[in-house]
Amino acid sequence: MIEARNLTKRYGDKTAVSDLSFTVEPGVVTGFLGPNGSGKSTTMRLILGLDAPDAGTVTVNGKRYAEYPAPLHEVGALLEARSIHTGRSAYNHLRALAQTHGIPRHRVDELIEIVGLESVARKRAGQFSLGMGQRLGIAAALIGDPDVVILDEPVNGLDPDGIRWMRDLMKSLAAMGRTVFLSSHLMTEMSMTADHLIVIGRGRLIADASVDDFLRRHSKNVVRVRSPQADQLVSEFSQGSVSVTSLGRGVLEVHGLPAQQIGELAAAKGYILHELTPQQVTLEEAFMDITQGELEYSGRASQDLAGVA
Amino acid sequence: MTVSAISVPRLPHTGRVTLPRLLASEWTKLRSVRSTVWSLLVAVVFIVGLSVLVPEVRMHHLRPGEHVDNPLELTLAGVQIAQLAVGVLGVLVITGEYATGMIRASMAAAPRRLPVLWAKLIVYGATVLTLMVPSAFIAFFIGHAILQPHHEAVAFGAHGVVRALVGAGLYLTVVGLFGLSLGAIVRNTAGGIAAFAAIMFVLPPLMNVLPVSWNNAISPYLPLQAGERVLQLQGGTLSPWQGFALLGGYTLAAVVVAAVLLRRRDV
Repeated sequence: MIEARNLTKRYGDKTAVSDLSFTVEPGVVTGFLGPNGSGKSTTMRLILGLDAPDAGTVTVNGKRYAEYPAPLHEVGALLEARSIHTGRSAYNHLRALAQTHGIPRHRVDELIEIVGLESVARKRAGQFSLGMGQRLGIAAALIGDPDVVILDEPVNGLDPDGIRWMRDLMKSLAAMGRTVFLSSHLMTEMSMTADHLIVIGRGRLIADASVDDFLRRHSKNVVRVRSPQADQLVSEFSQGSVSVTSLGRGVLEVHGLPAQQIGELAAAKGYILHELTPQQVTLEEAFMDITQGELEYSGRASQDLAGVA
Repeated sequence: MTVSAISVPRLPHTGRVTLPRLLASEWTKLRSVRSTVWSLLVAVVFIVGLSVLVPEVRMHHLRPGEHVDNPLELTLAGVQIAQLAVGVLGVLVITGEYATGMIRASMAAAPRRLPVLWAKLIVYGATVLTLMVPSAFIAFFIGHAILQPHHEAVAFGAHGVVRALVGAGLYLTVVGLFGLSLGAIVRNTAGGIAAFAAIMFVLPPLMNVLPVSWNNAISPYLPLQAGERVLQLQGGTLSPWQGFALLGGYTLAAVVVAAVLLRRRDV
């Protein structure tokens, strides 16, 4: 379990994380979502005690990270910025980390096999592809068999096979009762992997909810209607809080009226409907909707949107 | 969507992070990068190699009736190059971690931070000392063999020779630790090497622009000049061990600054 209470971190006059509080529970995959530059990586560095907060606290299973005499048994982390000496082989990198905790050599071999780096374990890490580097980072994160696993943008640079593997790994870890906290700016990935979401923008908490709740809360009541009598339907439905947008060629979007009512109303008045489809809001749309105002610079917005999509 | 479970075997907890464990880890780190092997190889090759080359050349050009003032200096000429190699490697031992991000993994594994610095200093210092003392002795005996037929050699048993040879190893060790401390303060390879070179090699000739009396008052106390006293046989302002202790003092000051900054700064 990770508990952040009123975390604040400033770099110079730029506030990276602002009064951030959240709890990451064990046994589920918790997604940490936000546009680039929203403070995800900073928060993770604060959890690991690499950076000191200006205010607030963050604990892992009730203690500050730095208070653990053997932290690799408690928390394993894959940080977005690589944390691997490029001149050292994968094997020696893991061996050096293992030695700090007296972890035996066979554990290193075991993890190299699990992440599938056997054939390149003796090569210098600087020659690794992005995906191989991520696998090595995962091996390093798991070396001490930690209860809490923190992964910053773990699917970055992975091929489809690797993404699938990573997804399975995270779910397996959560199923074993571990706390899994993973950040991403990729919504699709998040909706397939995470059970719970913590959403931040500009260093502030925007949402803390299960993925299902999050979607429900932010889903709009939109129904797509196709009818040869579309023009008449527009005036028929546009009443009170209900609004109708014509998409042309007989297709309408009805906002604020459930599909069931639209169907009943149409039947009662004898209108012909060719299509009646409730629109599912995607995690992307919900996220875009609530973070619209949170994008740091308007100039960077398009870049972030591209990343999100 | 189906999930194919990936099993990660459990590991019995192996206890806390200790200094001996960090020493083992730092030893693995030190010996597993190429810069270590190359820098130390350069240091050993130059110490031993120049103990052949310099005395040979000097003897070849010796005029009849001329004598060598300082035969030990000829045999230990390689120390001049070795000090650059071990100093630069000292900087790299720590800045290499900052440049690659490895420092985050190191500090996450040992969040008390300072023991990592101690372990680096101990492992690097012990490595340099273990290689450089024998190199100095080998250099002496090679140089001795070349100078002896010309009756220009200084005897192994002569006053101060053993001290100077052990001192050469100690001097190079402390220079290496000085480089490591500067690297830990600056946290940047180019900056660390520049700081090391400036203090060791740029400062001394710069003293020549000062009035002679100032120069004479300051120069013996610069890190390089003070430290080198321990491998010299001739007299000087500071005694050999005073000079060495002064270099040690500068290094200790740099270590303290590095330690305070390591505790205070974000990684």
